[in-house]
Amino acid sequence: MSQKTLAGKTVEVTDEGYLQDHNQWNEDIAKALAEEEGIELGEDHFKILHYLREKYEEGANLTIRKVGKSGFTDIKGFYKLFPGGPLKKASKIAGIPKPTSCV
Amino acid sequence: MENQEPKEQINKVSIICAKGNLEDVYAALVLANGAVMDGKEAKLFFTFFGLDAVIKKRMNKLQTATVGNPALRMPNGTRMPKLLGMIPGVQKMVSNMMKKQMDELDVPPVDEFLDMITAGGGEVYACQLAVDMFKVKKEDLSEHVSDILTVGEFYEKAAGQHAQIIFT
Repeated sequence: MSQKTLAGKTVEVTDEGYLQDHNQWNEDIAKALAEEEGIELGEDHFKILHYLREKYEEGANLTIRKVGKSGFTDIKGFYKLFPGGPLKKASKIAGIPKPTSCV
Repeated sequence: MENQEPKEQINKVSIICAKGNLEDVYAALVLANGAVMDGKEAKLFFTFFGLDAVIKKRMNKLQTATVGNPALRMPNGTRMPKLLGMIPGVQKMVSNMMKKQMDELDVPPVDEFLDMITAGGGEVYACQLAVDMFKVKKEDLSEHVSDILTVGEFYEKAAGQHAQIIFT
Protein backbone atom coordinates (compact mmCIF):
# COMPACT_ATOMS: atom_id res chain seq x y z
CA MET A 1 0.00 0.00 0.00
CA SER A 2 1.23 3.49 -0.77
CA GLN A 3 0.11 7.04 -1.30
CA LYS A 4 -0.19 8.67 -4.63
CA THR A 5 -1.23 12.08 -5.90
CA LEU A 6 -3.82 11.93 -8.64
CA ALA A 7 -5.44 15.05 -10.09
CA GLY A 8 -4.16 17.09 -7.14
CA LYS A 9 -5.59 14.75 -4.52
CA THR A 10 -3.63 12.33 -2.35
CA VAL A 11 -5.11 8.85 -2.37
CA GLU A 12 -4.16 5.45 -0.96
CA VAL A 13 -3.46 2.81 -3.58
CA THR A 14 -2.63 -0.90 -3.53
CA ASP A 15 0.65 -2.28 -4.88
CA GLU A 16 -1.07 -2.75 -8.20
CA GLY A 17 -2.39 0.78 -8.28
CA TYR A 18 -6.04 0.18 -7.37
CA LEU A 19 -7.64 2.76 -5.07
CA GLN A 20 -7.83 1.56 -1.51
CA ASP A 21 -11.06 3.43 -0.85
CA HIS A 22 -13.50 3.79 -3.72
CA ASN A 23 -15.04 6.84 -2.02
CA GLN A 24 -11.88 8.82 -2.75
CA TRP A 25 -12.69 8.57 -6.46
CA ASN A 26 -13.88 11.33 -8.72
CA GLU A 27 -13.95 11.80 -12.48
CA ASP A 28 -10.67 13.74 -12.49
CA ILE A 29 -8.96 10.91 -10.67
CA ALA A 30 -10.44 8.55 -13.25
CA LYS A 31 -8.90 10.63 -16.02
CA ALA A 32 -5.51 10.56 -14.31
CA LEU A 33 -5.70 6.78 -13.78
CA ALA A 34 -6.80 6.27 -17.39
CA GLU A 35 -3.90 8.33 -18.65
CA GLU A 36 -1.51 5.95 -16.89
CA GLU A 37 -3.14 3.14 -18.85
CA GLY A 38 -2.92 5.09 -22.08
CA ILE A 39 -6.66 5.59 -22.33
CA GLU A 40 -8.39 8.89 -22.95
CA LEU A 41 -11.79 8.79 -21.32
CA GLY A 42 -14.91 9.80 -23.20
CA GLU A 43 -18.60 9.67 -22.47
CA ASP A 44 -18.84 5.95 -23.31
CA HIS A 45 -16.06 5.14 -20.88
CA PHE A 46 -17.72 7.05 -18.06
CA LYS A 47 -21.03 5.25 -18.56
CA ILE A 48 -19.23 1.97 -17.94
CA LEU A 49 -17.21 3.33 -15.02
CA HIS A 50 -20.36 4.54 -13.29
CA TYR A 51 -22.09 1.24 -14.03
CA LEU A 52 -19.18 -0.71 -12.49
CA ARG A 53 -19.16 1.48 -9.40
CA GLU A 54 -22.88 1.11 -8.97
CA LYS A 55 -22.70 -2.69 -9.27
CA TYR A 56 -19.71 -2.82 -6.92
CA GLU A 57 -21.59 -0.83 -4.31
CA GLU A 58 -24.48 -3.29 -4.68
CA GLY A 59 -22.00 -6.04 -3.85
CA ALA A 60 -22.22 -7.76 -7.23
CA ASN A 61 -19.47 -10.02 -8.53
CA LEU A 62 -18.34 -8.16 -11.63
CA THR A 63 -17.75 -10.08 -14.84
CA ILE A 64 -17.19 -9.21 -18.48
CA ARG A 65 -20.47 -10.91 -19.25
CA LYS A 66 -22.36 -8.55 -16.92
CA VAL A 67 -20.81 -5.52 -18.55
CA GLY A 68 -21.74 -6.95 -21.95
CA LYS A 69 -25.35 -7.15 -20.81
CA SER A 70 -25.38 -3.78 -19.08
CA GLY A 71 -26.87 -2.03 -22.09
CA PHE A 72 -23.97 0.44 -22.20
CA THR A 73 -21.75 -1.62 -24.46
CA ASP A 74 -21.34 -5.11 -25.86
CA ILE A 75 -18.31 -7.23 -25.07
CA LYS A 76 -16.53 -6.25 -28.26
CA GLY A 77 -17.09 -2.59 -27.44
CA PHE A 78 -15.82 -3.13 -23.92
CA TYR A 79 -12.55 -4.57 -25.24
CA LYS A 80 -12.26 -1.60 -27.61
CA LEU A 81 -12.81 0.99 -24.89
CA PHE A 82 -10.39 -0.61 -22.44
CA PRO A 83 -7.88 -2.55 -24.57
CA GLY A 84 -5.72 -5.30 -23.08
CA GLY A 85 -7.71 -6.41 -20.03
CA PRO A 86 -11.00 -4.50 -19.99
CA LEU A 87 -12.42 -5.60 -16.65
CA LYS A 88 -9.20 -5.02 -14.72
CA LYS A 89 -8.43 -1.73 -16.38
CA ALA A 90 -11.97 -0.42 -16.11
CA SER A 91 -12.15 -1.45 -12.44
CA LYS A 92 -8.89 0.30 -11.71
CA ILE A 93 -10.01 3.49 -13.46
CA ALA A 94 -13.41 3.27 -11.74
CA GLY A 95 -11.62 3.28 -8.40
CA ILE A 96 -12.94 -0.10 -7.28
CA PRO A 97 -10.89 -3.16 -6.23
CA LYS A 98 -9.24 -5.56 -8.64
CA PRO A 99 -11.87 -7.98 -9.94
CA THR A 100 -11.68 -11.46 -8.48
CA SER A 101 -13.86 -13.29 -10.99
CA CYS A 102 -12.48 -15.90 -13.42
CA VAL A 103 -15.00 -14.93 -16.08
CA MET B 1 4.57 -8.39 -2.53
CA GLU B 2 8.04 -8.16 -3.98
CA ASN B 3 8.67 -5.99 -6.96
CA GLN B 4 12.40 -5.98 -7.41
CA GLU B 5 12.47 -7.52 -10.85
CA PRO B 6 9.80 -7.29 -13.51
CA LYS B 7 7.74 -10.48 -13.35
CA GLU B 8 7.87 -12.88 -16.28
CA GLN B 9 4.52 -12.98 -18.06
CA ILE B 10 2.85 -15.47 -20.32
CA ASN B 11 1.57 -13.46 -23.24
CA LYS B 12 0.08 -16.16 -25.41
CA VAL B 13 -1.73 -19.43 -24.80
CA SER B 14 -2.82 -22.10 -27.24
CA ILE B 15 -5.32 -24.50 -25.74
CA ILE B 16 -6.07 -27.91 -27.15
CA CYS B 17 -9.40 -29.48 -26.23
CA ALA B 18 -9.66 -33.13 -27.23
CA LYS B 19 -12.61 -34.22 -25.09
CA GLY B 20 -16.28 -33.49 -25.42
CA ASN B 21 -17.32 -33.70 -21.78
CA LEU B 22 -18.92 -30.58 -20.38
CA GLU B 23 -16.12 -30.10 -17.86
CA ASP B 24 -13.26 -30.60 -20.30
CA VAL B 25 -14.73 -28.15 -22.77
CA TYR B 26 -15.40 -25.59 -20.06
CA ALA B 27 -11.88 -25.93 -18.71
CA ALA B 28 -10.58 -24.97 -22.14
CA LEU B 29 -13.08 -22.13 -22.53
CA VAL B 30 -12.41 -20.65 -19.10
CA LEU B 31 -8.65 -20.76 -19.70
CA ALA B 32 -8.99 -19.10 -23.10
CA ASN B 33 -11.40 -16.45 -21.89
CA GLY B 34 -9.27 -15.75 -18.84
CA ALA B 35 -6.27 -15.18 -21.09
CA VAL B 36 -8.17 -12.81 -23.38
CA MET B 37 -9.53 -10.93 -20.36
CA ASP B 38 -5.96 -10.34 -19.24
CA GLY B 39 -4.88 -9.01 -22.58
CA LYS B 40 -3.12 -12.22 -23.61
CA GLU B 41 -3.36 -13.80 -27.04
CA ALA B 42 -5.50 -16.97 -26.97
CA LYS B 43 -6.04 -19.70 -29.52
CA LEU B 44 -8.40 -22.62 -29.04
CA PHE B 45 -7.94 -25.82 -31.00
CA PHE B 46 -10.74 -28.39 -30.91
CA THR B 47 -9.92 -31.94 -31.89
CA PHE B 48 -11.37 -35.45 -31.59
CA PHE B 49 -14.40 -35.46 -29.29
CA GLY B 50 -13.67 -31.88 -28.34
CA LEU B 51 -14.98 -31.00 -31.78
CA ASP B 52 -18.51 -31.29 -30.35
CA ALA B 53 -17.89 -27.92 -28.68
CA VAL B 54 -17.84 -26.22 -32.09
CA ILE B 55 -20.49 -28.28 -33.86
CA LYS B 56 -23.55 -26.03 -33.94
CA LYS B 57 -26.10 -28.73 -33.17
CA ARG B 58 -24.10 -30.16 -30.27
CA MET B 59 -22.24 -27.29 -28.64
CA ASN B 60 -24.95 -26.33 -26.18
CA LYS B 61 -25.90 -29.92 -25.38
CA LEU B 62 -22.64 -31.15 -23.88
CA GLN B 63 -22.90 -33.47 -20.92
CA THR B 64 -20.83 -34.58 -18.00
CA ALA B 65 -20.36 -38.34 -17.54
CA THR B 66 -22.46 -39.85 -14.77
CA VAL B 67 -20.97 -43.30 -15.50
CA GLY B 68 -17.29 -43.77 -14.75
CA ASN B 69 -16.98 -40.47 -12.93
CA PRO B 70 -16.00 -41.30 -9.35
CA ALA B 71 -15.84 -37.63 -8.32
CA LEU B 72 -19.52 -37.07 -9.00
CA ARG B 73 -21.52 -36.22 -5.91
CA MET B 74 -25.13 -35.77 -4.99
CA PRO B 75 -26.31 -32.28 -3.99
CA ASN B 76 -25.88 -33.27 -0.32
CA GLY B 77 -22.19 -34.09 -0.88
CA THR B 78 -22.37 -37.90 -0.75
CA ARG B 79 -21.03 -39.96 -3.64
CA MET B 80 -23.46 -40.58 -6.45
CA PRO B 81 -24.41 -44.29 -6.47
CA LYS B 82 -22.89 -45.94 -9.55
CA LEU B 83 -26.14 -47.52 -10.71
CA LEU B 84 -28.01 -44.23 -10.51
CA GLY B 85 -25.74 -42.76 -13.15
CA MET B 86 -26.84 -45.40 -15.65
CA ILE B 87 -30.54 -44.60 -15.47
CA PRO B 88 -31.75 -42.95 -18.69
CA GLY B 89 -32.10 -39.20 -18.27
CA VAL B 90 -29.89 -38.91 -15.19
CA GLN B 91 -26.83 -37.77 -17.13
CA LYS B 92 -28.85 -35.08 -18.88
CA MET B 93 -30.38 -33.94 -15.62
CA VAL B 94 -27.03 -33.76 -13.83
CA SER B 95 -25.52 -31.90 -16.78
CA ASN B 96 -28.34 -29.38 -16.82
CA MET B 97 -27.91 -28.81 -13.11
CA MET B 98 -24.23 -28.09 -13.64
CA LYS B 99 -25.02 -25.68 -16.47
CA LYS B 100 -27.50 -23.86 -14.29
CA GLN B 101 -25.00 -23.51 -11.47
CA MET B 102 -22.38 -22.22 -13.87
CA ASP B 103 -24.80 -19.72 -15.37
CA GLU B 104 -25.42 -18.30 -11.91
CA LEU B 105 -21.69 -17.58 -11.74
CA ASP B 106 -21.86 -15.84 -15.11
CA VAL B 107 -20.32 -18.80 -16.95
CA PRO B 108 -22.33 -18.73 -20.16
CA PRO B 109 -23.45 -21.51 -22.54
CA VAL B 110 -20.79 -22.66 -25.03
CA ASP B 111 -21.92 -20.51 -27.97
CA GLU B 112 -22.07 -17.37 -25.85
CA PHE B 113 -18.71 -18.21 -24.29
CA LEU B 114 -17.18 -18.43 -27.77
CA ASP B 115 -18.80 -15.05 -28.55
CA MET B 116 -17.04 -13.59 -25.52
CA ILE B 117 -13.68 -15.12 -26.41
CA THR B 118 -13.75 -14.03 -30.04
CA ALA B 119 -15.07 -10.56 -29.11
CA GLY B 120 -11.86 -10.13 -27.12
CA GLY B 121 -9.70 -11.25 -30.03
CA GLY B 122 -9.37 -14.96 -29.19
CA GLU B 123 -9.29 -17.35 -32.13
CA VAL B 124 -11.04 -20.70 -32.53
CA TYR B 125 -9.86 -23.53 -34.76
CA ALA B 126 -11.01 -27.04 -35.59
CA CYS B 127 -8.68 -29.96 -36.29
CA GLN B 128 -8.50 -31.18 -39.88
CA LEU B 129 -7.99 -34.82 -38.93
CA ALA B 130 -10.96 -34.87 -36.55
CA VAL B 131 -13.17 -33.10 -39.09
CA ASP B 132 -12.27 -35.74 -41.68
CA MET B 133 -12.60 -38.63 -39.25
CA PHE B 134 -16.04 -37.65 -37.97
CA LYS B 135 -17.14 -36.57 -41.47
CA VAL B 136 -18.09 -33.12 -40.24
CA LYS B 137 -18.89 -30.50 -42.87
CA LYS B 138 -17.69 -26.93 -42.65
CA GLU B 139 -21.30 -25.72 -42.44
CA ASP B 140 -21.88 -27.90 -39.37
CA LEU B 141 -19.25 -25.89 -37.51
CA SER B 142 -19.99 -22.78 -35.50
CA GLU B 143 -19.27 -19.46 -37.19
CA HIS B 144 -16.75 -18.82 -34.41
CA VAL B 145 -14.38 -21.32 -36.04
CA SER B 146 -12.10 -19.26 -38.21
CA ASP B 147 -10.27 -22.15 -39.85
CA ILE B 148 -9.68 -25.89 -39.97
CA LEU B 149 -6.02 -26.60 -39.28
CA THR B 150 -3.52 -29.43 -39.59
CA VAL B 151 -1.21 -30.09 -36.65
CA GLY B 152 1.62 -28.29 -38.42
CA GLU B 153 -0.49 -25.22 -38.98
CA PHE B 154 -1.56 -25.28 -35.35
CA TYR B 155 2.06 -25.25 -34.19
CA GLU B 156 2.76 -22.32 -36.49
CA LYS B 157 -0.11 -20.40 -34.90
CA ALA B 158 1.01 -21.41 -31.41
CA ALA B 159 4.58 -20.17 -31.85
CA GLY B 160 6.06 -17.23 -30.05
CA GLN B 161 8.09 -16.08 -27.08
CA HIS B 162 6.35 -16.48 -23.73
CA ALA B 163 3.83 -18.73 -25.49
CA GLN B 164 2.34 -21.81 -23.85
CA ILE B 165 0.45 -24.79 -25.20
CA ILE B 166 -2.11 -26.28 -22.84
CA PHE B 167 -3.84 -29.62 -23.34
CA THR B 168 -7.07 -30.19 -21.48
